[in-house]
Amino acid sequence: MVNKITTRDLNLWFGENHILKNINISVPENLITAIMGPSGCGKSTFLRCLNRMNDLIDGTKITGKVLIDGKDIYSDNIDVFNLRKRVGMVFQKPNPFSKSIFENVAYGLKIHGIRDRGIISEKVERALRDANLWDEVKDKLSSSAFDLSGGQQQRLCIARALAVEPEIILFDEPASALDPISTAKLEELLGKLKKNYTIVIVTHNLQQAARISDWTAFLMLGELVEFGKTEKIFTTPKDKRTENYLTGKFG
Amino acid sequence: MNYKEHREKTRKFKQSLGFTLLRISVFIVFLSLLSLVIFICLKGFKVLSLSFLLEFPKRGMTKGGIFPAIVGTFLLSTGAILFALPSGVLAAIYLKEYARAKRWVRVIRISINNLAGVPSVVFGLFGLTIFVKLFGFGVSVLSGSLTLGILILPVIIRTAEEAINSVPFSFKEASFALGATKWQTIKKVVLPTALPGILTGAILSLGRAAGETAPILFTAATFYTRHLPKSPFSEVMALPYHIYALMTEGTKPELQVPIAYGTALVLLLLVFAINLVAIIIRSRARRKKRW
Repeated sequence: MVNKITTRDLNLWFGENHILKNINISVPENLITAIMGPSGCGKSTFLRCLNRMNDLIDGTKITGKVLIDGKDIYSDNIDVFNLRKRVGMVFQKPNPFSKSIFENVAYGLKIHGIRDRGIISEKVERALRDANLWDEVKDKLSSSAFDLSGGQQQRLCIARALAVEPEIILFDEPASALDPISTAKLEELLGKLKKNYTIVIVTHNLQQAARISDWTAFLMLGELVEFGKTEKIFTTPKDKRTENYLTGKFG
Repeated sequence: MNYKEHREKTRKFKQSLGFTLLRISVFIVFLSLLSLVIFICLKGFKVLSLSFLLEFPKRGMTKGGIFPAIVGTFLLSTGAILFALPSGVLAAIYLKEYARAKRWVRVIRISINNLAGVPSVVFGLFGLTIFVKLFGFGVSVLSGSLTLGILILPVIIRTAEEAINSVPFSFKEASFALGATKWQTIKKVVLPTALPGILTGAILSLGRAAGETAPILFTAATFYTRHLPKSPFSEVMALPYHIYALMTEGTKPELQVPIAYGTALVLLLLVFAINLVAIIIRSRARRKKRW
């Protein structure tokens, strides 16, 4: 098993607030790693460290290292735009652009300098197929992304992320705004995607973490309480806090 | 009647008093607008005809049409927009997306808001000093357009800022997460999404520019010319100034005044038509907006 992402003593502050405290974690390649924990534990913030989306927030301070393929993504010679191309992200609420279905997926290709229309439509189709959306939208690629249902919009956002051919995809509670059927489709899709991508998913849904992930990290108040294989964490948690969380003593 | 019932009654009385006051104010506002429009229509429609719109003035402004004034107003307001829209939108982008120093931005914003409150004749004097004299553009379409452009700049900046502000952060986030730069995000996501709002503001200020008299008084307008402007450096006739000239100059008021009302009616209809376009754009955008 190869580790795709490794964090070393990762600390993060928003202004005076110490959000993440000494996080050491290793995310294995081509598997699904779930980050779970109660609201406000810093799990989304942690996820956003992995593609440097926290850079967008003023007053963020980060210490420690985040290594992807052994290279620190916070070192000076890293091109953050190229990093975000390699590390895609899907958000909590589906957030397609106010553009057509096709243009949504083509967007990432265009900003990274692909102009050839043939290549673009080929890659758009492949991304939509990979996101299990092609059959539902192939006849209406030019209609607005907002014509799609919530679940379809979220798969469109996944296709949009896939189009630029990332190595890692970060999911920030991707099913929290979806109905059960759409959620099931999304989880099925995640299982398919892990063959080609390293997936990190933040969720506060314990069953979801148990169903889909190979590894699970449990975060609380900005600290990594426990990290291990999902079946281990769920059956024989080592830490009392993990056990209490899993058995519903707090949430 | 006990105290409680009494209080209940006064409460209801106060409420109906309030409603009546509101109704009266709305009625007054509506009535004054309506009477203005009716008044101008009644006084103006007699001279209105196709030839009035398409002919040059004749016989010392006592006969003929207002064609050159229509053309002049069209050129001046288009020129104003051509100057004010790009610079206003770029300024708004800078203030919203790039400017870092909060205090500096606040100073700029206060200045812009103050600029919006400056009387339009002051803009006219400014235009005279800067564009006509200093830059040597003379009394011309160019000087008038630039002066009108500066006049409408604050409104354009403000509406553009509001439109940019209303673009959801999640759109920008999605763009950045795909590896887009800030400029790519602004160009391809923020501006297209904000476009209807920006256009609405621009068109409303187009109407404002078309109707202003004082800014073009010293910078662009002329009482009478035989020719349509040949270059940006020609002086022009313009609808609002034409009205002013007809009412204050010349020797045959009994023939000039009806033409002035006709011109006023044309100007009024023009501004209404421009505003209608803005309303249509806004309502279409509102129907399409689904985020």
